[in-house]
This record gives sequence, structure tokens and C-alpha cells, in this order.
Amino acid sequence: MRAFLLALVLLAAWQAYAKLGGIDDFLLPAPTEIATAMFDDAGLLWSDFQVTAAEVLLGILVAIFLGVACALSIHLSQTLRQTVYPLLIASQTIPIVIIAPLLVAWLGYDLAPKLAIIALVCFFPVTVTALDGLRSVDPEVRKLMRTLDASRLEVLRRVELPWALPAIFSGARIAVTVAVIAAVLAEQAGSSRGLGHLILQAIPQFETARAYAAVVILAAFAVVLFSLLTAAERLALPWAHRSQVEGERS
Amino acid sequence: MTAKTVAKPPHREVNGSAEISLHDVARSYAGRNGQVQALDGLSLHVGAGEVVAVVGPSGCGKSTLLELVCGLQSPDRGTVSAGPAVLMPQRDLLLPWACALDNAALPLRIAGMGRDQARDQARPLFEALGLEGFERSRPDELSGGMRQRVAFVRTLMSGKPILALDEPFAGLDALTRQDAQAWLVDALTAQPRTVLLVTHDVEEAVVLADRVVVLSPRPGHQIAALPIALQRPRKRTDPALVALREEALIALGVDR
Repeated sequence: MRAFLLALVLLAAWQAYAKLGGIDDFLLPAPTEIATAMFDDAGLLWSDFQVTAAEVLLGILVAIFLGVACALSIHLSQTLRQTVYPLLIASQTIPIVIIAPLLVAWLGYDLAPKLAIIALVCFFPVTVTALDGLRSVDPEVRKLMRTLDASRLEVLRRVELPWALPAIFSGARIAVTVAVIAAVLAEQAGSSRGLGHLILQAIPQFETARAYAAVVILAAFAVVLFSLLTAAERLALPWAHRSQVEGERS
Repeated sequence: MTAKTVAKPPHREVNGSAEISLHDVARSYAGRNGQVQALDGLSLHVGAGEVVAVVGPSGCGKSTLLELVCGLQSPDRGTVSAGPAVLMPQRDLLLPWACALDNAALPLRIAGMGRDQARDQARPLFEALGLEGFERSRPDELSGGMRQRVAFVRTLMSGKPILALDEPFAGLDALTRQDAQAWLVDALTAQPRTVLLVTHDVEEAVVLADRVVVLSPRPGHQIAALPIALQRPRKRTDPALVALREEALIALGVDR
């Protein structure tokens, strides 16, 4: 409710600035113009949204799978931790716009390069949070498991993986927000469909309001995905949620 | 201390017995300000089925002792030989995502047993400790006393003959602690085990143990041993028990 009020105030300020601030419509359309564009171009936006949404959803799934797999292998192998992990961290400093055209050249104009780009951008937060989760197990619990003669695999299965699940959910929530940006970048690197492509086309055509409408739709999509993940976590990991509440109380 | 030479190299061995033997054990660990000598010259023997309580001032190496017995550490000097031992830590360390019965059955699952069979095997002991009706409760829905009962069932379900109890009731309030001591006595009467109990609470030691061992301040070694030849269950107000408690406190140097 408060978030809604804040959004209203910001929208009103934006509207006032765009209409009274003397700024060109092509630089900054007013919220009312964006709303009009959203209504007028609903069909176009909807069909492009479906393309981008599919890319984002699939990309996130690939990223979570890759991220958890990466975290597990780094966690289980000290060699990988010392060799691969620094490279992974370094790889995150590569601006994706540099390699996006390369990926398009390799993988074509279809879904594959988009998935690759989204997964590349999103797997890292999942890897880092999952790895932290796996390593955050109480050392006393590790001792207890040792006196219960638990094998490495049993410790992983019975303790470390469930222990890391809340962290993996946090990683997935971060991934969702960057996935949307990654999808737009991927589409702009080479695509004939999707909201990223629509934005790229709209700007030189002076359809700025339409481009902003696409951005609003992407933002709303990210917020919905984020909330869905939060709800899914509460359903799937009620124990984690409850102890969080207790932690806040104390 | 370094002048002391030993014929045998320091080692810890697991044998098939239910006994614990430590001979002239020394162990240090890396503390914040360099090496800390936790134990030095500790010798201790616990017979099969015996309940021995170890009391001593804070930081006298009691936890180190238990980890040596459980095989989580090896001595720097001397020998530790003991049968298979399981640790019961001060905090219950129940897995928050698993229900109470599954937490109790954890050692069986680790040993490769299926879920239903493990639950069935854990259930009788679970009920014997007054936990009936709480099988499906998650740990955060249980009181501290009940969580410690679940942790104790888990400890027994490991099937190991030696229990290493590390101040298991220190986190409980006074009344719950007395209750916990009572069910511990009952459970050990029904299922005798060799117990090495580390505690700060001299009364707890005297109520529960066959023998109370007093450790010196760090580096810890044995400075007194008090056999407690009283029938169980014991009354805290029993004059004989009160006298033994006094004796232990004097050995600890806190008799005022």
C-alpha cells in the first residue's frame, strides 16, 4: 500500500516535469503518453512480451541449474575452488555487450544466444549465494554428522543442500531482476522479435512512449517474478521463513 | 612437559569395546592469541556402562576431551582408545526443516535405512521420552526441553555404546533441567550406555554420575575423583548427596 502511494507520488512528479518542465516528448514522454502507447500498441507489445518472457523464464531456469551445479562442484572440490572460482569472478567483469554479438554469431538469431546471455548474466548470483549457503553450515552440525559416521555425500544431502536452499532462493531473486536486463541486451544484439527489439526500433522512429511502455512492462514482469519466488519460498521452506521472523523479534 | 618422553607415538584408536581409556594425554589448539594448551597429562578410564561426569572451571579443556573421545581430534601426546562414541552437543542442533521424529531418526537414515522403517524404529524411544503427539512438529514448534529430548533420542539412535554429552542441559532453565536429568536417568536405566558427561553443574554431576572427575584449570588434568555410590533415582536433598556435592565444590576450589 505504501509502495503504491510512493509510486503515485513519483508518477505525479514525472508527469508534472514532462508536461511543464519544457522537456521534449521524444526525450521523456509523460506517464499519460506511456499509458496511451500501452493501450494503442497493446497487440504489438503483447506479442513481443511473450517472446521476451519465454526467454527470461527459460534463461532463469538454465541459470539456476548452472549456478547450483557450479556451486556444488566448487564446494566439493578444493581444486576447482582454487582454479575455477577466481576465473568465474573475473568473467563477471566482462561487459555482456562485448560478447553478445559473438554469441549471436556462434549461436544464430534464435532462442539459443538469448538463453546463453541470460544464463551467463544470471548464473553468477546463484552460484555465489548457493556457495555461501553450502559453506554456512554450523561447524557443530558438521561435527555431529561426523560422529554419526555420515559420508561426504550424506552431509551434502541431509544437511548442506537443505541448509543452502534459502540462499539459493535469494540468488534466484537477484537473478530475476538482472535476467530482464540481460534479455533486452540479448535481443538488441541480434533479434527480430521481443521487447528489446521493439525498444531498439521505437527510438529512431521517435516512438519513445512505446519504448517506455515496453520498459514498464518489463519492470512489472520482474516484480511479479520476484514476488512469485518469494511466495514459492514461503511455501517450500516454511522453516526458513519462521526462523527469520523469530530472528527479527529477538 | 616436553622433557617427558613417551614410548608410543600419540594416537587415538577405535576399538569394539564400550570403554574409554586416556593415558597421559596432551592436546593444544590454535586460539586467538597463539597455541592454547587445553589438556596436559590427563589420564582417565571409564568402564563399560559407567556414567562419569567431568566438572572443571571454564576452559579446562572439557570439550577437547569429548572431541578426543569421539575421534574428532587426535592427541598431541599420549593415547586415547575408546569404542564408537557419539556426541550430544549443548545446543540441540536439530535440523530445522525436518520434523521431530525425522530428527530423532537421522542416524538411521544416515546408515542407509528407508524413511518409514527409520521412523518406526525411532518411535518407541521417542514415545518413551514423552514426545508422543509431537512426531510431526518442526523443531521451532518445540520447547527447549523437548528439543533436548529429541536430540537425546537422536543420540541413542546412533546405536553407539558410548555417549559423549557436552553440557547437554546447560541451555535449559532450572526446572526443565531437573526434569531433563530425571528422564536421562530413566532412559539410561532402560538402555545402559557408557556415558562421559561434561558439565558446569556440580549438582547435575552428583545426581547423574557413578563417578565425578574434577579437572584442574587449563591445561586440564584430573585432580580429584569422587565415586557416587548412591541408589538411583537420587534426591537432591539427600544428605549424602549434599555432602558429595560439597566435596566436589571443595576440589574445584569454590567451597565458599
